[in-house]
Amino acid sequence: MGRKILAVDDSKTMRDMVAFTLKGAGFDVLIAEDGQHALSVLGGDMVDCIITDINMPNLDGIGLIKALRSNPAHRATPILVLTTESDQTKKSEGRNAGATGWIVKPFSPDKLLATVNKVC
Amino acid sequence: MSEQPTGFDDLAQFKQTFFEECGELLGDLEIMLMDLQGNPENATTDDLNAIFRAVHSIKGGAGAFGFTQLVTFAHTFETLLDGMREGNVPVTLGCVEELIRATDILCDLVNAAKENANLPDNHGAEITAALVALTASGAGAGAFKNNLDANEDPKIEASDEDEITVFDVWFKPAAHLFSNGSDPIMIFNELQTLGQVEITPDVSGLPALHSLESEESFLAWALKVTTNRGQVSVEEAFEFVEDDCGLVINAATSPDFPLQIRDIAVAAPVNSVVTPPPATPLPSATAPGPQTPAAKSPSAPTATSIRVDLDRVDQLVNMVGELVITQSMLNQLTNVEEGGVQTSNPDMVKGLEQLNMHTRELQESVMAIRMQPVKSVFSRMPRLVRELAAKLSKKVTLVTSGEETEVDKTVIEQLADPLMHMIRNSLDHGIEGPAERREAGKPELATVNLSAEHRSGRILIEVSDDGLGINRERVFEKATEKGLVPTDIKLSDNEIDNLIFLPGFSTAETVSDVSGRGVGMDVVRRNINNLGGRITVNSTPGRGSRFTMSLPLTLAVLEGMVVAVGVEKFVLPLTSIIETIRPNAEHVHTLVGQGEVLSVRGDYVPVVYLSRVFAIPDAAEKAAGGLVVLVDLANGRRIGIVVDELLGQQQVVIKSLEPNSPHISGISAATILGNGMVALILDIDGLQSLPQHDMSRKKMTGENGGRGQTRASQTETGKVEQCQSVGIEKEVRRIMEDQANLGVSIPSQYGQKPEQAAAE
Repeated sequence: MGRKILAVDDSKTMRDMVAFTLKGAGFDVLIAEDGQHALSVLGGDMVDCIITDINMPNLDGIGLIKALRSNPAHRATPILVLTTESDQTKKSEGRNAGATGWIVKPFSPDKLLATVNKVC
Repeated sequence: MSEQPTGFDDLAQFKQTFFEECGELLGDLEIMLMDLQGNPENATTDDLNAIFRAVHSIKGGAGAFGFTQLVTFAHTFETLLDGMREGNVPVTLGCVEELIRATDILCDLVNAAKENANLPDNHGAEITAALVALTASGAGAGAFKNNLDANEDPKIEASDEDEITVFDVWFKPAAHLFSNGSDPIMIFNELQTLGQVEITPDVSGLPALHSLESEESFLAWALKVTTNRGQVSVEEAFEFVEDDCGLVINAATSPDFPLQIRDIAVAAPVNSVVTPPPATPLPSATAPGPQTPAAKSPSAPTATSIRVDLDRVDQLVNMVGELVITQSMLNQLTNVEEGGVQTSNPDMVKGLEQLNMHTRELQESVMAIRMQPVKSVFSRMPRLVRELAAKLSKKVTLVTSGEETEVDKTVIEQLADPLMHMIRNSLDHGIEGPAERREAGKPELATVNLSAEHRSGRILIEVSDDGLGINRERVFEKATEKGLVPTDIKLSDNEIDNLIFLPGFSTAETVSDVSGRGVGMDVVRRNINNLGGRITVNSTPGRGSRFTMSLPLTLAVLEGMVVAVGVEKFVLPLTSIIETIRPNAEHVHTLVGQGEVLSVRGDYVPVVYLSRVFAIPDAAEKAAGGLVVLVDLANGRRIGIVVDELLGQQQVVIKSLEPNSPHISGISAATILGNGMVALILDIDGLQSLPQHDMSRKKMTGENGGRGQTRASQTETGKVEQCQSVGIEKEVRRIMEDQANLGVSIPSQYGQKPEQAAAE
């Protein structure tokens, strides 16, 4: 318990829903509005999992993943990308950048928790 | 990993956030596309990305709430945008125009979702087809995937269900597995939830210690999974790594004995089955897990803005209002000129000055919380103009400026309807068709300007067009026809223009479905007046009209002029005041049936005696030689208000009378002055119609026995028989009592007045 998750999405609706669902399941949730913000929210802290959208201003999800993977503190942190398509190219794009897995939007709270539990 | 209790199936609570966000995104989208329309050839990737993101976010949220129609359309929309930002589809004007039309459809779909309404399936079908065609034109038809693959959970075939199967799995991760944060142990845990798992590691790939790369994976595993959940579930456990591993899954035979799968899944923790535990040579890869020490610093900042319930802000505004009153009370107590006590303590004086300054700053900061840019309202207008122009076959462009001008949220909310009405009006009645414009030597493309700016503590919003202007003959004819003005009246051009604000006025020959639905500019004016604002129109025939609205920045405070009438104090809204004059006797005339009028530079202005309206004794009884405040009415007319004294200009905190009393004619609200005294804020427009009791002449001797308590009946000026002051007095006292009950101390001055008056 007490696993800490960072949720990154430029859509407030998504952030709220992800945070609400995770908090309800007992996670500690940090949120950020884009990749750049995520990096500043994290600082040097470790989290147990990061869930990030791909399409975001400032620094997109792919850029965020690359930045995280080049940082020893987050090199092995599970990262899930939120994608709207089960499109294989988007998934492998994320995977190639260093993502651990993906969650296809829309998702139910159960699906979100199940996926998070798959990686951390 | 066992199931976490969720209990949050109901995401409805986020719907409001979603729709608010959609509103913002659609507004942004509109503005971005408008910009793009201006010079499509210079579109940057950033522009296109931002546009893409807006549509993408709407789609994402819509999916979460199951608005399938919206999702499908947004997907088509987004696919084209994706093609554009990838450079496959060229950004042309025609293309941008399709995007703008698509935004309208998106807006319809969002609104339909919001209202739980159903739009026909073919809504926006043409646009959808156009979007598809454009997308296909870019990178070949193959690029377009309309089959929305949103259902990420392939259904497990029914035949697989309940039938217990043993799967033999061979799993050999790629060497770089850990670099993605993947962890075999998590996969095995996942498999554990499906049923019984036997795990046998294959260490044959493990190199000698000296060549062991600590961050690579060298192991392979053979797994035997016994489950009733079907092969798909097993495959799903490897979903994230399937491209980065060697994986073979074979369905073996059914086991010899039925298993209580669920029991096993719960009873068997993973480590008891794994023999030996996978020798993962990367501690950091396994570290993030339940065992992670919680020795982390407290969470970092999470967001730069928060959403706060409006009630809380209002409460804060109210409290600060009270603070301002208290502060000015303190100020007055130490002001010798106003009868306060002399303080010789310099620290005290300094402290009070600082309090003064901080209070004002605090008040401004609190007010600023409620301030929002008018952009949120302005951004709805381009669409309106576009739709109307199309419907009316006119060519119109909307130019907006000053979108960042900030004004109180309440004002913004109530601004949308009047603005839309005025723009509709402008397009319907003001702007000519292209042919007519050509004949008149004007460009075919008409312009409607919408602008906002701050001016002397108010917000000024202008809607102007370069259309026909107001047809004064027609307006006057119509007004007389409807009996709104007498036929023989002489009106100035400006007065005729302003007739369009009269209730029941509509010049449209036939009721069109654009404007003129029986509600007219009178409703606009009423709405604006209710906000403490004013609206005027200036028109040049053939050249266009300009509607100017002036609104207060906030509805919580009012810049007012405090005036004294007898012992009463009133507040006049400063914006209504034109000037103050001291008329001579020759300027005051009495007209039969109309009471007194004042001649001001050739114009006759009705005179209103506050002392008579509210039956206040010991007040100025003659306008001649007295002080008259000339004020503007909302209908453009003027009246002169006779007062005793001007006490000064002051920002007052508006206290609604509503909870304490029904509406009182001539009074809009109350405030508490620095000395704690309650002053009523005058509703200038309501004043004129009130009966005036001339206390100097009408010395009535009627039945006043029962009203011995009221001040008016005990004074020398008269035993006023029926007078509004009775009602006012009671209400004010009640408000004061309520205030006192709330702990606001009110000096006894006001309460003593009847006695004082009686003593005189």
